[in-house]
Amino acid sequence: MDWLFLIEVVLSGLGSGALFALTGIAFVLIYKATKVINLAVGEMLMLCAYFFFGLTTALALPVWLAIILTVIGGGILGGVVERALIRPMLGESPISVFMVTVGLSSVLIGFVELVWGGDPRTLPNFLPTKPVFIGDAYVSPKIAVCFLVASLLIAGFLLVFRKWRGGVALRATAADQGAAFSCGINVPAVFSISWIVAGMATAGSGILIGSIGGISPSMGVFGLTVLVAVIVGGLDSIAGVLVAGLAIGVIEALVGTYLGGEFKLFVTFVTLIIAMMIRPYGLFGTIEIERL
Amino acid sequence: MSDFAKPDFAGLNISHLSLAFGGLKALSDVTFSVAPGAITAVIGPNGAGKTSLFNCISGFYRPSTGKIEFDGEDITRLHPPARAKIGLARTFQNIALFRGMTVLDNIKLGRHAHMQTNVLDALWYFGRARREELELRSELERRVLDFLEMEHIRDHPVASLSYGLRKRVELARALAMQPRVLMLDEPVAGMNREETEDMARFILEVKEEWGVTILMVEHDMGLVMDISDHVVVLNFGQVIAAGKPAEIQNNPDVITAYLGSGDVGELSRRIACEKAA
Repeated sequence: MDWLFLIEVVLSGLGSGALFALTGIAFVLIYKATKVINLAVGEMLMLCAYFFFGLTTALALPVWLAIILTVIGGGILGGVVERALIRPMLGESPISVFMVTVGLSSVLIGFVELVWGGDPRTLPNFLPTKPVFIGDAYVSPKIAVCFLVASLLIAGFLLVFRKWRGGVALRATAADQGAAFSCGINVPAVFSISWIVAGMATAGSGILIGSIGGISPSMGVFGLTVLVAVIVGGLDSIAGVLVAGLAIGVIEALVGTYLGGEFKLFVTFVTLIIAMMIRPYGLFGTIEIERL
Repeated sequence: MSDFAKPDFAGLNISHLSLAFGGLKALSDVTFSVAPGAITAVIGPNGAGKTSLFNCISGFYRPSTGKIEFDGEDITRLHPPARAKIGLARTFQNIALFRGMTVLDNIKLGRHAHMQTNVLDALWYFGRARREELELRSELERRVLDFLEMEHIRDHPVASLSYGLRKRVELARALAMQPRVLMLDEPVAGMNREETEDMARFILEVKEEWGVTILMVEHDMGLVMDISDHVVVLNFGQVIAAGKPAEIQNNPDVITAYLGSGDVGELSRRIACEKAA
């Protein structure tokens, strides 16, 4: 066995795992605050990637400005979706809200195909191309940068949610909305902010993913793999999604290299099934205890 | 700790409050006032509209007509966090605690309504002001914990506590909000006698030593008659009687509402109510 090669594969797995984790944060934030499983996260990410594409090509804006505008755009997208589609569904059965997000994902795909067409595109290359070596192990420079950026963003989120009162407000809202409301926590604002921050996270990961593998209207499928990581980690646990995201990334990289690419999704979903059988609430999820 | 009950507090005034869910009139023309520094109890049979009334006062429901005045100020259109800020705290009929958090964390969240810091402050807010605020908070938390005799469970997760203790944590959280009016929705429901007596003692002390005005919904008539200063009786969403506990006990309308007066009497009462509605 070639250990160096194995390490390289694991490192690239960690790279894509960081992207799973970053996107997964969007799922977790939205679920924690509004108890909605947003199946459109992948498509929101796709729309943001196309938005970035439009800004850099059609408008020929510099990359740094396009990144800032895309992240702001992602936040606006999240906020608008929450206010226009999710807030009116408050109190409806969870499955109805879930179906709204499924519909939303189709609408977003259709919109992108109308505006940009169905062909895959490549984003302008702004990531470094000089190979990176950790010890003797080679890491693709794009993957290395993605890992770094995703880690920084995640660290930023964690810091804000530990230090800021908003993090407490989010936890309280997740635990009991009525009690949070009566304790002076502005629950509707928690809803909005969670969706806005989630939208910004999808924008960030959309740009990163698009610049590694190019963009296409079907790139939202990425969201499904992320959803697996989120469920394995526990739907409402930010720590869980970090661990599970990295783990799924490494597992996919190992499987893709040693068994072949066609086994990737298969093994991912087998992982999901096994994890659910052992820990139905996910690795770090809140176990709902019903006292009778 | 009477420092957060202003001496010239005007209490709570509810006037002509009506609330309808579709065709069902949950409340119709409810008018009464909650005297400052006293315990006012709202009683009535199940489905009389007591919890709806509570939800209107705390801002969870928006009444279709009527006015709610808090210390002379119209709060009918305020949302719940704003009401929390001016000093209106409540507990819930089915305990609403932040599961997964400890007793102390739950109580600390009661202070949330009064905290103003934003994200930048939280990251860079050091020094004296911060220390003073921390001292103030820990002082309050300690007094609340001491007062409700729950120092020994402060670091326990709330999910592990007994029903009676969880009710007490809810009361503690409401007190940490430094309320001027404390609303208790069935504070002793489902409690055994000992727990009920403890809770009665706490409620009386909150009124007497902390100077907090109390509005409570309760089914336990023994408790209501023992500790309340004023009783309001609701039936079918209307106030059918109001007065001192002794007067209420002998009021024929109240006796009818609670015990019924034979099938015919009950039926005619219902019909009269539906006609009025």
